Amino acid sequence: MSKAAGFILALMAINAAAHETSDPLLFSATVEQLERRQDERKDPLVLEGHAWLGYDLQKIWLDLDLEYLDGELEELELQGLYSRAFSPYWDWQVGARYDHQPDLERTWIALGIRGLAPYFFESAATAFVGENGALAVRLKAEYEILITQQWILSPELRLDFYGQNDEQAATGSGLSSSDFGWRLRYEIRPELAPYIGVHWHRKYGNTADFARGLEYDGGDQQWVVGVRFWF
Amino acid sequence: MRNFSGPGSFTRRRFVLGAASAYALGVAPLTRASSGVTPNTFSQTPVLTGNHFDLSIAKQSVNFTGRDSTAVTVNQSLPAPVLRWREGERVRLRVHNQLLEDTSIHWHGVILPSEMDGVPGMSFSGIKPGEIFEYQFDLVQSGTYWYHSHSNFQEQLGLYGAIIIDPAKPDPVPYDRDMVILLSDWSDTPPDRIYATLKKKSHYYNRRQRTVADVWRDLKAQGVGSNFADRAMWNRMRMNDRDIADVTGYTYTYLMNGVTPDRGWVGVFQPGQRVRLRVINGSAMTLFDVRIPGLKMTVVAADGQNIKPVVVDEFRIGVAETYDVIVEPAAERAYTLFAQSIDRSGYARGTLTPNPAWLSEIPAMDPPPVLGHRDMGMEHGHTNLNHVHSAEVHGDHDKREKADESSGYDQVDHSGHDHSGHNIDATSHAGHARHGAPTTHSDHMLLREHPAHSPLAPAGFGANFGDSQAPRHARSEFGAHVDMRVETAVSGLADPGVGLRDHQRMHDRRVLTYADLRGLHPTRDRRQPTREIELHLTGNMHRYMWSVNGLDHAEAPPIVLEYGERVRFVLINDTMMTHPFHLHGLWSELETGDPDFIPRKHTVLVQPASRISYLVTADAKGRWAYHCHMLYHMLGMMREVRVQ
Repeated sequence: MSKAAGFILALMAINAAAHETSDPLLFSATVEQLERRQDERKDPLVLEGHAWLGYDLQKIWLDLDLEYLDGELEELELQGLYSRAFSPYWDWQVGARYDHQPDLERTWIALGIRGLAPYFFESAATAFVGENGALAVRLKAEYEILITQQWILSPELRLDFYGQNDEQAATGSGLSSSDFGWRLRYEIRPELAPYIGVHWHRKYGNTADFARGLEYDGGDQQWVVGVRFWF
Repeated sequence: MRNFSGPGSFTRRRFVLGAASAYALGVAPLTRASSGVTPNTFSQTPVLTGNHFDLSIAKQSVNFTGRDSTAVTVNQSLPAPVLRWREGERVRLRVHNQLLEDTSIHWHGVILPSEMDGVPGMSFSGIKPGEIFEYQFDLVQSGTYWYHSHSNFQEQLGLYGAIIIDPAKPDPVPYDRDMVILLSDWSDTPPDRIYATLKKKSHYYNRRQRTVADVWRDLKAQGVGSNFADRAMWNRMRMNDRDIADVTGYTYTYLMNGVTPDRGWVGVFQPGQRVRLRVINGSAMTLFDVRIPGLKMTVVAADGQNIKPVVVDEFRIGVAETYDVIVEPAAERAYTLFAQSIDRSGYARGTLTPNPAWLSEIPAMDPPPVLGHRDMGMEHGHTNLNHVHSAEVHGDHDKREKADESSGYDQVDHSGHDHSGHNIDATSHAGHARHGAPTTHSDHMLLREHPAHSPLAPAGFGANFGDSQAPRHARSEFGAHVDMRVETAVSGLADPGVGLRDHQRMHDRRVLTYADLRGLHPTRDRRQPTREIELHLTGNMHRYMWSVNGLDHAEAPPIVLEYGERVRFVLINDTMMTHPFHLHGLWSELETGDPDFIPRKHTVLVQPASRISYLVTADAKGRWAYHCHMLYHMLGMMREVRVQ
């Protein structure tokens, strides 16, 4: 743990060493969501974040999604990517994705684009190629509505598609699931913002069928409370 | 005098600054007792005179905000001591580096040999920790200048001070008293971190972004249709019309002579005196709009050089510029010297008063500016996206069609027709020559070099007159590092600047523009330029990258001038920011429409999406820095000019 803290401190020190070049090596980490989600049946703790190390036009990029339920790791998804700018607002990214659930591991090659779409939509589209030719696609978009300079309402949408049925992973072919949320945050500082919100997770088609075997009723509406921060 | 601690090998005078006068009278400065802010450690700026100076650069604890912070100071003073020199003399300055990192001092606007210019990597190798570097040069000019570090971001930390060079002959500008007004911006956040923050979130310091309430107000004011079209354009381009300053009052405390607005700097005059204010913008990132409600200001010098006097109510001073103004307060009352930041996120202020105990009203700041089509390279009223090369609206590199010049584009009428009184024939000739001339096209330099037999616009007019022009963009300007290229560039000469354009109409304030500037003395070099060098100021605001012609300083070859030649620089601003461009070592002779009285500047504001031209006589050999003086732009937006 202290090693990890030391590593992070070292990364932060990189930022302080920016001298005499317009393009210093920088490190940034963002926890977009660290939140408790709550519905009638469960209250998972969810973390979604990313970190990068690099320069203006190229970066090493990490994406992390975690879900804990009752103190147990329920889902982990980690992506390690090389990110390179190809236009003023867009980067392409290539790398690997690793999924971990209890009794399940999947690895994928990841290829995608990420950037700022017109109308200021933070967007990402990624295709994944897994073992035995498995295919998956994920689309994400996020928007910010400024109520004031500090109160910000942020809708967010994520769609997951799979090219095949994977009963063990409980994902079916076609549109598999959608996540849509509204989060209202208050930026104490731009770097630190607690929020509340509502989140809908919905499964479709075979994915829903697989889930029904696990006592899933087709969709969840969850209240969320959490904090967003970055440095 | 407690902040003075230098070795005693120089003499000093102690009355030049108004604050010093207040202190000489034994009167405490005005303090807002309610603020609860511990006053900073500096009470006044020392003044050093003579020929030999010992300057010691060290870290020092300061407190401008109620929190202790660390500054980099000269002789433990922030601002650094005023250096008062005399034209014709030779000065020797021993600079002792007591930091743990390299340092340097650049004498901004002072004509000197390039090895004395103080730019590490170009004029010398910097001053190492513990070392003493001796600067020596002859003073061949007079006026108001300033000095600052050219190393790292030390300038943001307080390493800046005023230079006054008294003329050898009687001053053409009579005055009873002069006062240095040094404006600057202070942040408790270390500059490296400000820079890193801008790279991570470029709009971090903009606390005036559009909110739901603004959208609602605009909808009511403009109606759904036109408002939607307008918003849609900005949104499609992912540009923000409220992007006025990169770093703002959210982190900055604006200082006047090192004094916070809470305390307020004080200058004492006697009614009826002619007071010469030597206004210097020593900020890292802040353009100021300066006025003194109730007093007219007569501008008598720009960047240290005497000009034909112009009476104004208000002027914008870009980073690194200086203006000398004469005020003649006749009444027995106090006046507020008010310097609001360009984005109105804060101000520096002082009080000019016959009695230091008197207060004067602090005016409200003007409404924050909002950028218009003009500032993104679109003519008035055009909402057609085809006329802006926002990088992704038109990502196609080959699609570089010139704007149709018959499409009803009219030079905006701000371009000097009102004030400048220039010769119309010369103007049309100017426009004609530019359009008709063949251009060679280099991806790296975009040197628009005209063969000697091809007519260039006449000296004194240049690119500052005539129709809006459609610049050609080099291939190096296309890519992830550039987010905007103007389709048409209007002349910035007569533009008071973003946020000031309606002040004449709304407040009846006469605002200074470059079109008002005429040298007091006749133009020295009467030759026509033999070639024209066109440079584009480029950047990607979103990624916070800045460049010239799309090339970072690190990847660009130097601009080579032949010793003795006379050339024209044409700067075209492909961004929505106002960039103060500074050429070291050589005068920038701004073409304001009178070839006989061309004013000389060292720093020239390039208005958003505009062009400006000036003449340069390459009369000093060596390697000279040429860059945007915004501290967080300059590392990329820089070139070396080599005179050989």
